[in-house]
Amino acid sequence: MSVVIETPRSPRSRKGANWEKYGWMYMRISGAILVALIFGHLFANLMVGEGIHAIDFAFVGGKWANPFWQVWDGLMLWLALIHGTNGMRTIVNDYVERQNVRKALVWALWVICGALIVLGTLVIFTFDPCPAGSDPSLLPSFCTK
Amino acid sequence: MPTKPAGTLYRGKVGMWSWVLHRITGVAIFFFLLVHVLDTALVRLSPEAYNAVISTYKTPLIGLAETGLVVAILYHALNGVRIILVDFWRKGAKYQNKMWWAVLVICVALFVPFAIRHLSNVFHIG
Ligand code: HEM
Repeated sequence: MSVVIETPRSPRSRKGANWEKYGWMYMRISGAILVALIFGHLFANLMVGEGIHAIDFAFVGGKWANPFWQVWDGLMLWLALIHGTNGMRTIVNDYVERQNVRKALVWALWVICGALIVLGTLVIFTFDPCPAGSDPSLLPSFCTK
Repeated sequence: MPTKPAGTLYRGKVGMWSWVLHRITGVAIFFFLLVHVLDTALVRLSPEAYNAVISTYKTPLIGLAETGLVVAILYHALNGVRIILVDFWRKGAKYQNKMWWAVLVICVALFVPFAIRHLSNVFHIG
């Protein structure tokens, strides 16, 4: 396996956008916002009231009936998945030496990222907290009012 | 007299270990996030399906694993802030070593109250 290393002192190409730089900035900007989003998420779901034992369908239904938590969770979903996927891309680039394997892995990472973003966004924004025909005891209390 | 190679900014010191831990915790959180988006998506299927899967999160085993996950998140988040300060704060590089120890202290300071509250919920204490 031979690796081609660019001549160290050659200037970087100025053709096209500098995507590595935007990726580098994205990791830092998204990271700073994610601190607040993730700490708030853990506090609201695990520290308040009965914590983990309170989490069920009705709990999630109650949260997403509020646009505040829909936007919170939606932002967290997009920022964290793109941040995590781009971080995994860096790691793959570091350790995978065979070009075609490396390209396939990076491609797979972005496909998974895109699929989960679409799935998660649909779940948050098309969610019905009171599905017809469900056992009312499993639903948020506002369904039966 | 041959001497051992002097350490560099990164090799074998805080600069290296902080990075090793940042990388490992980043990967762990990434894989958890994949699972977490999928388990949450079950709310779209039925209340029964979601409740069945989420009830496994309430077992002692997963309760403990979740505590470990929070350790990883605390470290990655706070060390991430340290990286941002090293890159953007004028004195960041000068204080990177001290800031790493501060990261560890703040991790412990946040972890202890979290663990007390979460584990007493998991094990129904109090
Ligand atoms: C809680 C707030 C977070 C902060 C402040 C943060 C910060 C950072 C920073 C500054 C980097 C370094 C990027 C670089 O060196 O160019 C990074 C890398 C990374 N992050 Fe995060 N992050 C956070 C949350 C997350 C989450 C939720 C995930 C997973 C989904 C994640 C996964 C990763 C991965 C896999 C890397 C690459 C590690 C490496 O290259 O060694 N991070 N993070």
